[in-house]
Amino acid sequence: MPDQTPFLHISKITKKFGSVFACDSVTLQLQQGEILALLGENGAGKTTLMNILFGHYVADSGSISIGGKELTPGSPRRALKVGLGMVHQHFSLADNMSVLDNITLGTESMFGLWRKSGEARQKINKLINTYELDVDPRSIVKNLSVGQRQRVEILKALYRDSRILILDEPTAVLTPQEAEHLFATLRLLVDKGLAIIFITHKLREVMAVSDRCLVLRHGKVSYESRTRDTDVDTLAREMVGGEVPVVEQLPTSPGKKVLSLEGVGVKNSDGYSLLHDVSLELRGGEIIGIAGVSGNGQSHLADLISGLLSADKGSFELLGEAVVSPTPMGMLKRGVGRIPEDRTGTGLVGDMNVQENLILENYWTKKVSHFGLLKADFMRKNAKDIMEQYDVRCGGEDLPVRLMSGGNMQKLILGRVLSEEPSVIMANQPTWGLDVGAAAFVHSRLIRASRDGVGIIIISEDLDELFKVADVIQVMYKGTLSPPVRPADTDAREMGLAMSGHLEVFASTVAEAHHEA
Amino acid sequence: MDILHMFLEVGFWMAVVRMATPLLFGTLGELICERAGVLNLGVEGIMAAGCMAGWTWVYMGGDLWGGVLFAAAVGGGIGLVHAIFTVHLGLSQHVTGLGITMLATALSSFVFRMVLPDVTTPPKIIPFAPLDIPILGDIPLLGPVLFNQSPLTLLAIFMVFFIGWFLKYTPAGLALCMTGENPMAVESQGLSVFAIRTCAVVAGSALMAIGGAFLTLSAFDAFYIGMVNGRGWICIALVVFSSWKPSKALVGVVLFAVFDALQMRVQQDISMVVPYQFYLMMPYVLSIAALILMSRRSAYPKALLVPFRKGER
Amino acid sequence: MRLEPREHSSLLLRAVVPFGSAVVALLACSVLILWADASPVQAFFLFIKGSVGSKFALSETLARTIPLIFTGLAVAVAFKAKLWNIGAEGQLYGGACMATWLGTGMIDLPGWLMLPLLFAAGALLGGLLLLGPTLLKTWLAVDEVVTTLLLNFIILLFVNYLVFGPWKDPMAMGWPQAAPMVDTALLSTLLAKTRLHMGLIWAFGASVLLWLFMRFTTWGYQIRAVGYNAGASRFAGIPVNPVVVRTALISGGLAGCAGVSELCGLKGYLTLDLSPGFGYSGIVVAMLAGLHPLGVVVAAFFVAMLSIGADSMSRALNISNYIADVATAVSLLAVLVSMLLVRYRIRWK
Repeated sequence: MPDQTPFLHISKITKKFGSVFACDSVTLQLQQGEILALLGENGAGKTTLMNILFGHYVADSGSISIGGKELTPGSPRRALKVGLGMVHQHFSLADNMSVLDNITLGTESMFGLWRKSGEARQKINKLINTYELDVDPRSIVKNLSVGQRQRVEILKALYRDSRILILDEPTAVLTPQEAEHLFATLRLLVDKGLAIIFITHKLREVMAVSDRCLVLRHGKVSYESRTRDTDVDTLAREMVGGEVPVVEQLPTSPGKKVLSLEGVGVKNSDGYSLLHDVSLELRGGEIIGIAGVSGNGQSHLADLISGLLSADKGSFELLGEAVVSPTPMGMLKRGVGRIPEDRTGTGLVGDMNVQENLILENYWTKKVSHFGLLKADFMRKNAKDIMEQYDVRCGGEDLPVRLMSGGNMQKLILGRVLSEEPSVIMANQPTWGLDVGAAAFVHSRLIRASRDGVGIIIISEDLDELFKVADVIQVMYKGTLSPPVRPADTDAREMGLAMSGHLEVFASTVAEAHHEA
Repeated sequence: MDILHMFLEVGFWMAVVRMATPLLFGTLGELICERAGVLNLGVEGIMAAGCMAGWTWVYMGGDLWGGVLFAAAVGGGIGLVHAIFTVHLGLSQHVTGLGITMLATALSSFVFRMVLPDVTTPPKIIPFAPLDIPILGDIPLLGPVLFNQSPLTLLAIFMVFFIGWFLKYTPAGLALCMTGENPMAVESQGLSVFAIRTCAVVAGSALMAIGGAFLTLSAFDAFYIGMVNGRGWICIALVVFSSWKPSKALVGVVLFAVFDALQMRVQQDISMVVPYQFYLMMPYVLSIAALILMSRRSAYPKALLVPFRKGER
Repeated sequence: MRLEPREHSSLLLRAVVPFGSAVVALLACSVLILWADASPVQAFFLFIKGSVGSKFALSETLARTIPLIFTGLAVAVAFKAKLWNIGAEGQLYGGACMATWLGTGMIDLPGWLMLPLLFAAGALLGGLLLLGPTLLKTWLAVDEVVTTLLLNFIILLFVNYLVFGPWKDPMAMGWPQAAPMVDTALLSTLLAKTRLHMGLIWAFGASVLLWLFMRFTTWGYQIRAVGYNAGASRFAGIPVNPVVVRTALISGGLAGCAGVSELCGLKGYLTLDLSPGFGYSGIVVAMLAGLHPLGVVVAAFFVAMLSIGADSMSRALNISNYIADVATAVSLLAVLVSMLLVRYRIRWK
């Protein structure tokens, strides 16, 4: 099928930020009717390359041509015009506007006196039918599910008659079944002559959907192959640049109950129900993984255990005592360590330095302050200790943390939590956006802590991660939690069913597993 | 005096419309800026600049409409400065707006003194004459109240409908609203967030300045230092009250003007009992009350106050 | 054009910021002076002479520095917590009213007790005046910029009512002013035959205390954390709303002190021209100082120089003294840009 002249030709693109090469002479070719998987760790240069392709950045050197014609650099408008379409990992949609508004934005002349909504709706409906992208153009985006929003993003590209579609981590937010559906759509699209770049770090998906794959490492193309000529292990090694760090699996022996939720419901201030019926039992030495498609109430569960929300029905017990009106401070005092989802937004204060960030949760304790005065010598020593123990590599303890990398930030938070010797840890997406090395570090520290007797809850949208570290998994769907299931007793297909609402798939396996424990 | 009787009086309603006009320009101007995601705390200063610019133009021998246009141009120019600071450089919209107000107010006073160095009583100009529209003007009550007014008042009312239509039905209006909701969505569709926001702030500021010019070219016939007197800040409160919708802005401004006109009337009757200062406080108290009233209900543009930087997500 | 974050901003760069802004402000004014057919060089000379060129000039500038330190500190501490207090002007008058109420005959104590009492009382009312908008912000999310600003107008009208009405001094030959403060309530002169008063020491003390407070206490730490990132602070268990309310009381209190010190040190009785906008200039002072309590002292001196120097310069050259306001506003905008340049590099492609 592929002919000789590539449809998209990226040639020797180089881009430097400061002294770091984000892209180092990257060359990439794409044929019509082909799916190319673009692999690489966080920070390998994938995002920069795409930003250059779309004109958000201008490359220091190199050129891009599409259909044999040179692409003007630095113009998103031109990029869209020649037929590039992108589906971002974090959707670029306005929540309060309709699907139609989001799709037609910028497709008409800015000097038009009246929007041609009728024609637009017809064209969109036609696309929806052709490519089986089920979504109503009239609905408001905030009422759509994650999967539907992704379809809107794809429609945005198709509406502009894109010939090259780029998807950035498109399956990160989907259930395995939804991912299958997406792959079918992609096949349909390439059959119609589109070319697709599929950015991911999930190797199984690369094997399932792509024709060719290309690995970026430290801004360079480190490997390129036809998919059928390669295998998962090779790709993994090429991504990391060596052997993949293995997270040591240690035997587990759950101890006594540290945290339990029984039929817990949570409402927000408007009386809208966020969690309906959540039951969970965490023992010391155990890691419970919470799976689910993003937005099904995982963050509310995290907030509940972090002390930011309070339950309005059911019982919430911590170390054998009922939690009545939780506050973050109260939970900290009772030994709950919290690793938040948003490192820069809720985990750290970017404009404060390492020392100050490390005392954020215990500045009021005797060891940090006395009569309301901070102990400067303790703060410095504490920072030095934690930076050493948790392998935080940065410019020193006086550096504002906003200048640190994501991995170092997460190690800092991990250090802050573990150094307080908690009995429960609530970790929400602890490895999101980290490179393999940092992720493995976080995993191994959490596992080690759990084997020392800490009860840990890990919320993740990445099933692979949960299968790797969790002793027991529970699935969250629309504010309800499934019964627990052991990773060994289930598989991705079953998890996918549960994540799309069929929580009953575990009902049978569960009973036994639970009683055994 | 009978309050019901007053509500049927032509003079009362004419006063209401007269008081509402500058507020309407200011509120609409602020609304456009905020719908695009930029808070413009420069209103107060931009209105002062509009006052001064319009008046100076006419005082120097220009015609009235020339004065309005000149005021709009000056307002737009100041808006451009605000846009460069807050949109292109991403500086704090709060502090920049305050700086713009200080600068525009100080500059207008300075320029006024340059134009008229040694005058104690400011000279007068001939302001806009009320329109005399046949037929429409003869409708009882409604005719004089709406059509026997300064042409700028009609322009203000026209702007309400024009902006309402623009935001809802034109491609450019969609782009503007979208910029205030999620700039990334706009950027991803190949439009420039910077350009859209800049245009919105410039256009909005021009409207505010016209509101200022109304004061010197229509409501009064001279320029006084400090004549805007907090109207700009009231406009900001009115935008919140209007839930960022032009039609509701009209309702809010008229409601506000009714209260204001009412207190002025009542003040004349019972000024013996309550000192006049307390009546003068009313507009400010009302604005705060309006903010409190709408506090929980307001659906503000999601990206308001959030600077946009290219390539950051 | 694109902004690129700097990894390190040198101390030198940070020190240059306020001076660069001052230079920009003076350049802008030179344009206006040229327009007024005067020589900028001569104007600059007159400006320096009028602000620091003689003992009298310097004492006037320092006297003007006092209220600006107080309002500058008030704004700095509030802005540090991202509480946009634009109401320092009203809070200043609130403090002055309180002092007038107590200090015009209601109580009379020895000076060493009277003054602290008046400052405390003035600070209390100033703080309470900011409490309202702050509670509206924390409870109902009502924007405090607009409420604090509108409150200025209301408070000024109220003072207007007081000095034209119940508090009007019958001995003042019809002028709208309150009765003079009792002798024990007056701040003594610092320098003979000038208007420079002990308020300067109080203001210095306040800025040093505030600096120690922000830098070394847990309360100061809380204020900084909340201001930089309220979300992370809430998550970490810092009681965000109480901290903001506490900050409001401190900020309003400092602004109230400005009113007390002007009243007891300079004027001696309450009038409507007690403050020519010290509350608003306080914003400029705080921003020029980068919200640093000790920097506020220097920034306040600079802004005082601008107004005193421009006053005398404009009288000599017959230029409107609004030029001082222009210079103040320009320096505020200039400092915003230069602070950006400290953190970011501008790339022109």
